[in-house]
Amino acid sequence: MADAFLSLSHISKSYAGVQALDDVSLIVKPAEIHCLVGENGSGKSTLIKIIAGVVSPDEGQIVINGKPFPRLAPMDAIREGIQVIYQDFSLFPNLTVAENIALNYELSRNTRIVRWGEVRRLAQAALDKIGVRLPLDAEVESIPVADKQLVAIARALVQNARLIIMDEATTALTEKEIRALFGVIRNVQRDGVAVLFVSHKLNEVLEIADKAMIIRNGKVVVDADAAALDRNKLVYYMTGRRIDEADYDYVPQSKQPLLEVSHLSSPGNFEDISFSLYPGEIVGVTGLLGSGRTELALSLFGVLPAMRGEVRIDGQLVRIRDIQSAIRHGIGYVPEDRLTEGLFLDQSINRNIVIRTIDTLRQAGGLLSPARLEAHAREWINNLSIKTSNPELPVKSLSGGNQQRVVLAKWLASKPRILILNGPTVGVDVGSKTELHEIIKSLAGEGIGILVISDDIPELLHLCNRILLMRRGRLAGMFERAVLDENKLTTLLTESTTIGSAVPSPQVQ
Amino acid sequence: MSVRNATYKPWAWTQSLFADGNILRLFIACVAIFVGMSILKPDVFPTAENFLSMGSQFPEIGILAMAIMITMLTGGIDLSVVSIANLSGVLAALVIRALIPADAEAGQVMMGLAAAITAAFLSGALAGLINGALVAYVNLTPILATLGTMTLYTGLTVAMTRGNAVFAENRLVFIGNTNVLGFIPIPLIIFAVVVALFALLLNRTPFGVKVYMIGSNINAARFSGINVRRVLLTTYIISGLLAAVVAVIFLGRNNSAKWDFAPSYVLQAIVVAVLAGVNPSGGSGRVLGIVLAILALQFVSTGMNMLLFTISGGQFFKEFAWGALLLTIMVANHLSEQRRSKSARRPKAE
Ligand SMILES: Nc1ncnc2c1ncn2[C@@H]1O[C@H](COP(=O)(O)OP(=O)(O)OP(=O)(O)O)[C@@H](O)[C@H]1O
Ligand SMILES: [Mg+2]
Repeated sequence: MADAFLSLSHISKSYAGVQALDDVSLIVKPAEIHCLVGENGSGKSTLIKIIAGVVSPDEGQIVINGKPFPRLAPMDAIREGIQVIYQDFSLFPNLTVAENIALNYELSRNTRIVRWGEVRRLAQAALDKIGVRLPLDAEVESIPVADKQLVAIARALVQNARLIIMDEATTALTEKEIRALFGVIRNVQRDGVAVLFVSHKLNEVLEIADKAMIIRNGKVVVDADAAALDRNKLVYYMTGRRIDEADYDYVPQSKQPLLEVSHLSSPGNFEDISFSLYPGEIVGVTGLLGSGRTELALSLFGVLPAMRGEVRIDGQLVRIRDIQSAIRHGIGYVPEDRLTEGLFLDQSINRNIVIRTIDTLRQAGGLLSPARLEAHAREWINNLSIKTSNPELPVKSLSGGNQQRVVLAKWLASKPRILILNGPTVGVDVGSKTELHEIIKSLAGEGIGILVISDDIPELLHLCNRILLMRRGRLAGMFERAVLDENKLTTLLTESTTIGSAVPSPQVQ
Repeated sequence: MSVRNATYKPWAWTQSLFADGNILRLFIACVAIFVGMSILKPDVFPTAENFLSMGSQFPEIGILAMAIMITMLTGGIDLSVVSIANLSGVLAALVIRALIPADAEAGQVMMGLAAAITAAFLSGALAGLINGALVAYVNLTPILATLGTMTLYTGLTVAMTRGNAVFAENRLVFIGNTNVLGFIPIPLIIFAVVVALFALLLNRTPFGVKVYMIGSNINAARFSGINVRRVLLTTYIISGLLAAVVAVIFLGRNNSAKWDFAPSYVLQAIVVAVLAGVNPSGGSGRVLGIVLAILALQFVSTGMNMLLFTISGGQFFKEFAWGALLLTIMVANHLSEQRRSKSARRPKAE
């Protein structure tokens, strides 16, 4: 394989009784776009960390540019031109956008003086390449997840990489940014740069990949040209079964709306939003980045209290001043950024799951009952099939998709009456997505009202009985599930002007 | 994946105890120092007498270290603990002088002491409340807020006493002088009770779990509906209460309270907490670590005293030995952390 850029052979890795990778071989040639797909916990991130030199394999050889590396260190990998965008991005939260993108590169010139003008110029150029505009001087901590992903991607592009690895780097991006990103990927491909791409959005995978490798339980199942695969085959190889998901069958339960929002405004974020949510409904909220959908959710959850407008719950006017009052009114929120808003990474899986309900897990005498705590957490670990060998391990030992389930479990366990899910299945594999959808549907069936914020079109269509479309802070349309299909919703979502042909549905009831 | 979800194992905590390398290393250090000193000074170190004297030395710092620990667990710190102890001690002594005349009967003495101890606890709680309010509601950085109140409380104590010591009329010295059953100093019993209650509070109450969660990710704590302000406020109140316990022991030992007593205890308590493995940025640390750390330090300082008492200035070696022990354990922790991170999952921030 003289022309291979990277060649891994017979790589194995296990963690305390878990075989994360089992005899995996992979060859990446220059200018090739590889995709790595597999269920949550199948070993994708582990493989990537091995390529990056962050994790050492138990067995197997790594050859880069024809050179064998018996003990690959992260610096070696970077020097050979491997740039990784991790699932959890590893940006510096208190540096600015520009510094995050270009500082590394500037420092790698090995001079003593940092040319700050140059840093900004490089950063701007990288952002221009992917066609996005971000405030160069904003601290990364303060920007939304999607923007963080864009920063991480831009940073990799600056570094003259030979192989760019993206571990679920596009989860928070919408159609529009992904289109632009694919354009960039095809551009760098022409310069001979190879790309290794991990995603659970199979449509993306099929669109961009030359080759696809499917792993299951740490073993390679298929390594083939992408042209030979289709969505169904991918799913089948990943999960070992065929997946059919039925649409949500909403049965009206009450004429009294659970939640009524009228003329809600938060200047600069969203304007004049009105809608209602009935018990048992699953209402989708979608829109491009910056459409105000997340801000709307945050305002209903008390993080970003609205300035004007009214919120009624069960017909009663309520004021949601802060998170505490939102929770008192029975509202739950699964945040979009699980790392900063959802998880306590160093704490155990058990504690992460029970933290919402911990006050109810006391025994006589007021002390916590470890057995009840454990049983309660285990119930949710089983309900959501969270894959772990020991729930006392810190939650950061879980694979990304399993971490997402922990965040969901935490909120489901608290039995809210109104549940706002912001990207509920981000990073969750197709098979498990269907399982989670079933759980969400059955919750709705029990009479809770659910708002799902998502731009995953199949997800919206499977889950929701109604979909709200937001555009530049305003409600641009409200559609019954029945009048939509994939194409129509895609067009609606990407269309930049106001809707002409779409038929706004009458209000429910 | 050939993993099933593990079922509940009541003994699982022992696993995690030894999986926690820091606790294991501290335990080894304790045993090693103890054995080493016993070999070097067989006639004086491993003796009942010495145990008695050691047992009456460390409780104050041990309890202060728990005050530091609980604030550190939330990602904060309380630098004002010793100032609070002195303030509470002075107040308790003043109450004793006011309420218990020299010829008081037993009943009157009891009432007076109860009032004095209540005064100490109330002032400790109030001082903690002020700290907590500054941190949780005014959003000051804990280190700055408690540095400020440290000076404030000390100044208040000076103003109340004109800088003089206030004597407690021998009413509490029984605490410092009595050995229960002839060999257990009362401060040691107080320490043991505080350790037990503190461990229950941190590990077996929702409040304790919330303390760890806030230290681990304060933003996620807010999003999870934890009343972060209230938990922080309570944390600093508990820290103030622990300082008040120390105030009572101080009075028992010295028979007096003064504004400038034991200022070095703040730093020593921080050393104990850090040595115990409490993460200064919050989220992790165990009460058992505090116990092992204070024991290791006590063995070291007593042993050093015995080895070096003939040399003039030998007592300064205590500080030296503490520093050496702290650095050794920290380096050991760091090395093992590095070794592990090579095979760990998450990359360090590059
Ligand atoms: N540090 C660790 N300690 C214990 N187990 C680990 C550790 N890191 C990974 N694992 C386990 O190894 C397996 C593979 O994890 P990996 O993160 O590679 O999965 P993944 O394919 O990236 O999944 P996802 O799609 O959810 O991101 C999982 O079962 C995970 O729990
Ligand atoms: Mg992963």
